[in-house]
Amino acid sequence: MAIPDDPESRKAAEVSRRDFLRGTGAVISAGIVASAQVLEASPAGTKIVGPDKVSITLRINGAAKSLSLEPRVTLLEALRNDLELTGAKKVCDRSTCGACTVIINGKAAYSCTVLALEAQGKEITTVEGLAQGGKLHPVQQAFVDNDAQQCGYCTPGFVMACKAFLDKHPAPSLEQIRTGLGGNLCRCGTYVGITHAVQQASKQMKGGRAHA
Amino acid sequence: MPEYKWPDMNQRSLLGKRVSRRDGPDKVSGRAKYCSDIKRPGMLYGRFLRSPYAHAKVVSVDISEAEKLPGVKAVKIIKGPGSEIQWAFDEVVGVAAVDEHTAEDALHKIVVKYEKLPHFVKEEELGKAGKNAKPAAEQVTGDPDKGFQDAEVTIEGEYGIPVITHCCLEPHGQVLEWEDKNLTVYPSTQNVSGMAGQYAQPLQIPASNIKVRMDHVGGGFGSKFGADAWGIESAHLAKQAGSPVKTFLERDAELFVAGTRPSHYAKIKVGAKKDGTLVAWQSESWASGGLTGGGMPPIPYVLNIPNQRKIHTAVVTNVGAQRAWRAPNHPQACWLTFAALDDMAAKLNMDPLDFFIKNIALTGVRADLYRKELLKAGELMDWKKKWHPRGDSAAGPLKRGVGLGFHTWGGRGHDSECRLTVNPDGSVVVALGSQDLGVGTRTVLAMVAGETFGLPVDAITVNIGKAPDYPPSGASGGSTTVGGVSAATRRAALDALDQLFAKVAPALGVEASQLEAVGGKVQVKGDATKSLPWKQAAAKLGVTPLNVTGKNPGEGKLIDSGVGGVQMADVTVDIETGIVKMNKFVAVQDCGLIINEKTAESQVFGAMIMGVCYSLMEERIMDEYLGRPLNSNMEFYKLAGIGDIGDFVVHMWKDDPEQDARGVIGLGEPPVISPAAAIGNAVANAIGVRVPRPPFSAERVLAALEKKGGLTS
Repeated sequence: MAIPDDPESRKAAEVSRRDFLRGTGAVISAGIVASAQVLEASPAGTKIVGPDKVSITLRINGAAKSLSLEPRVTLLEALRNDLELTGAKKVCDRSTCGACTVIINGKAAYSCTVLALEAQGKEITTVEGLAQGGKLHPVQQAFVDNDAQQCGYCTPGFVMACKAFLDKHPAPSLEQIRTGLGGNLCRCGTYVGITHAVQQASKQMKGGRAHA
Repeated sequence: MPEYKWPDMNQRSLLGKRVSRRDGPDKVSGRAKYCSDIKRPGMLYGRFLRSPYAHAKVVSVDISEAEKLPGVKAVKIIKGPGSEIQWAFDEVVGVAAVDEHTAEDALHKIVVKYEKLPHFVKEEELGKAGKNAKPAAEQVTGDPDKGFQDAEVTIEGEYGIPVITHCCLEPHGQVLEWEDKNLTVYPSTQNVSGMAGQYAQPLQIPASNIKVRMDHVGGGFGSKFGADAWGIESAHLAKQAGSPVKTFLERDAELFVAGTRPSHYAKIKVGAKKDGTLVAWQSESWASGGLTGGGMPPIPYVLNIPNQRKIHTAVVTNVGAQRAWRAPNHPQACWLTFAALDDMAAKLNMDPLDFFIKNIALTGVRADLYRKELLKAGELMDWKKKWHPRGDSAAGPLKRGVGLGFHTWGGRGHDSECRLTVNPDGSVVVALGSQDLGVGTRTVLAMVAGETFGLPVDAITVNIGKAPDYPPSGASGGSTTVGGVSAATRRAALDALDQLFAKVAPALGVEASQLEAVGGKVQVKGDATKSLPWKQAAAKLGVTPLNVTGKNPGEGKLIDSGVGGVQMADVTVDIETGIVKMNKFVAVQDCGLIINEKTAESQVFGAMIMGVCYSLMEERIMDEYLGRPLNSNMEFYKLAGIGDIGDFVVHMWKDDPEQDARGVIGLGEPPVISPAAAIGNAVANAIGVRVPRPPFSAERVLAALEKKGGLTS
């Protein structure tokens, strides 16, 4: 990052929504956080933690994972750097491109803009958790069949977005696909294949062959 | 010696089929490891403090507080006092720390004092460039003065196309790991075999001490050939820290310093006869790719208008150097040319399809191909029904129009070596120091080897992405990969088969020349009763594997260069909001022999979508005063989403049988060239006025309508 040396523009450059979110201390809503005694709610309903590391537990792909992280660490960073679940990618790092998409409590979410400690107590599914027993999920298989990837860097995020989308819209129209998957971007230009993949997966999942 | 050619069309088991890419399952499941996914034991994270100024002298650098920060393992001053900074975001200090946040914290503790110097970052108006303008000599062909005298109709216009960036989703970067004086590089690159040499000299170690490892790369588009300053400096940081260092650029740096496509602007005058015959061209063009200026676009593009006068000026700006962007210079030249010629067709009140067919001889050797492709595209677009004179006369604010452009590219396969091994157990391995940018290189290689041996694709192990372990293959640029690696692999496989036949022939009681490999067997030609299953045939090798190297270039006609393609767009423009919506986009693309039709089509679809991005959305916007980019993030550097592209039709040109006989020709670049021309001309056809510069954003559309004299709906 470029940091201007004069105080005025330096201040302007440093303050952003993301930096604010990731500020060295984090304010936690009591209702969100379930585990980890360090995060026990104060009588006022909020507790300020950090900047030092705190112990947290995340439920990822059905398994509990204990971590010690600074409160400013995002879920994406925790997945990639601490859990080596590198399917979700860091691309825009500010909720624009969807390469970091995971499913949290059944909904597609940008893991770059969720703090890891905020994701406690929720069911997190990453692309690594989609295939069951070595068999690709119908969405994944449809991506392969319809060549819905080129370099593949946006692919895991797109797969997760498509999965969450189809769970909500099992028989989407073309217009619904074009609107509902607008939160993910691909640079190689695989949208034609992705559209076909969603249509194929939709048919297969309705046919009862889905296993997730 | 075998005859080096592709099998006849009616004898192919794999070539030309639709085969799913073999690394697809890895990519959809998150198993595919990109270099940005790699974590090595003890690995540190690298970050750079970048210059906030476009032009400045470094006065002092204080890293003492950064060095004291817990978790910081190395700090390296890259631009010390006295250094001159030439562009904003240039690397000034490098840091390696135990995690990403600590590395960022360290950057905030570094104090650099600069002496600001005057900068120049916006080249849109040539008049403002002053001494940053470097005009080249005028080029004249024919007699342009007489040409314009003879012309019955002339048009003049100013057109341009701004700098765009590569915006690879996987940013540039690498993991670097030293072991004594040996270095392993895990780069995100288009150039596996060419990487070691670029690290060797600046690090003062022999290239043979360097290993390169890359399984997958998250996009390159011409921007990832080099080791880059951040690669070399990260190697120094890793050495200094005594630990592996991973440095991948933050998105703002990725967008600003890791890839720019040069802009091109031109004042163009065109002369024609009343019947549409083009007779004269004049252009004053300028371009900037940053500090290196920008070369002249090949204008007039594709159509060699008889009388030309051209003068080009390279404009030097204080932004990082340009990088090759998919089909360098062609999209810009195509836009400038086809916008001007479409304006001529409009002035003549001719349908552009008729106008370009009338002038098709000016395209030279591909004239007949272009004519046929134009007619085919017109049929797929329903052009004759959709085209109307400029300005949709329909009532209401929604105006619909069609436009076209066409293009050419070389695409001859690069130098490549394939090491092919047939093991006595029948397993086959091909190894090349190549890479797969998303083309489907692995799948192509398996198809070529499988075709040659009469084996299914799954029977072939493909190894790419390592150097020097695998023999060298060219960088993936300019649509050269598939031609290069497939020809090298075909030659290796044919040679291997020749040697295998010699071992098998005695067992089948015939001459080696009487054998063929089909359907998983080695058999006597035309007599399936005399055969050996592949495994038994391979067992005749004894205990020694058969190792063969095939090269490109080499004997036999396996590849060619030179393609033509046509694209047509159908858009709707809302003249109240200025928003352009894609309805339909048609491409007819010539590419010689197609190895994998499925991935070949994906290349065309992808290029067209990239074309929609730069036609409707992409532009790097510079702040004239601060010298910094205003949109180095993906919220404001926009790419098209799945809802922005409309309906696509791709027709691979296999209509002439002689196409296939040309052999393999690269396909990555050509279909990315025409989109701005097709879409921009469709916008002009819809709204009745030229929007002179992409992206055809709401703002630009409304400005063009305003200039025309207000809105009419």
